[in-house]
Amino acid sequence: MSQNEPYQKDLESIRQMMERSVKFLSLSGLSGILAGVYALAGACVAYYIVHFPLSPIDYRQESIQDKDVIIKLLSIAVAVLALSLFTGYWLATRKAKAQGVKVWNTTSKRLVFNLAIPLVTGALFILILLWHGHYGVAAPACLVFYGLALLNASANLFDEVRYLGYCEIVLGLVCALLPGYGLFFWATGFGVLHILYGALMYKKYDR
Amino acid sequence: MKNPFDSLDKILEHRLRLQIVSVLVANDSYDFNALKELLEATDGNLATHLKALEREKYLSVNKSFIERKPNTRYKITERGRTAFKKHLEAMEELIKQQKK
Repeated sequence: MSQNEPYQKDLESIRQMMERSVKFLSLSGLSGILAGVYALAGACVAYYIVHFPLSPIDYRQESIQDKDVIIKLLSIAVAVLALSLFTGYWLATRKAKAQGVKVWNTTSKRLVFNLAIPLVTGALFILILLWHGHYGVAAPACLVFYGLALLNASANLFDEVRYLGYCEIVLGLVCALLPGYGLFFWATGFGVLHILYGALMYKKYDR
Repeated sequence: MKNPFDSLDKILEHRLRLQIVSVLVANDSYDFNALKELLEATDGNLATHLKALEREKYLSVNKSFIERKPNTRYKITERGRTAFKKHLEAMEELIKQQKK
């Protein structure tokens, strides 16, 4: 057995190096949970702006036509995004410190780049749609582009991110068929799914 | 029967060289400083082993300047990838034989 040991160790170090050089493993599951909570809180505020007094699961017959309302909704979405990014970055910094690695390394730079391409494309696309007054497709487009961004970045993250990406894409497409449920699907995709995913990741990797 | 010890790659039997090659197999390219950080190696040690791998044509080197600072990027060659694969197979074979 002792003769074997160096090879076992070599194989172990290969596995580790390949994984650590490609995957950014400092992302915290807790940031997923918190991002989901922010999204649900944002969706609640949005509900009182657009849906109320309609019940949240009722179908909205006509899309919003009011520019002021759209600007309010856009500000909520941007606030949720900013808060989630800030929390994610902060928790990742803490986890990286505990792991003894730098948070800003080759892997995380690649991750950000891979995430940013579909996300920025999506953001510009959605802004253009809003500009043209296609308000109904904003929520499904958010979900679809976010799902594509996750898929694109999944090589640099935990493997499970891929499945979150698939779920967001499917949810986005269904949402596009039922635009009156836009807010409901948005809350499910960005709120509920993030909380579920974050909790799973927290249990699996953070404890 | 062929002895798997003979199939081991002499160049890759060194731990650090093996780690360098694993990183390059998993990534398109990697630069010197990122390798240094990841492998927690010293400049001199890392440079020596990179040179050795370059001499064997296991990796290709691309030197450039980013904001006037020299930046050296390494890429695995087909020769390096094949050597890595063979070395892994030999190690697996050794472990298997030992377990019998």
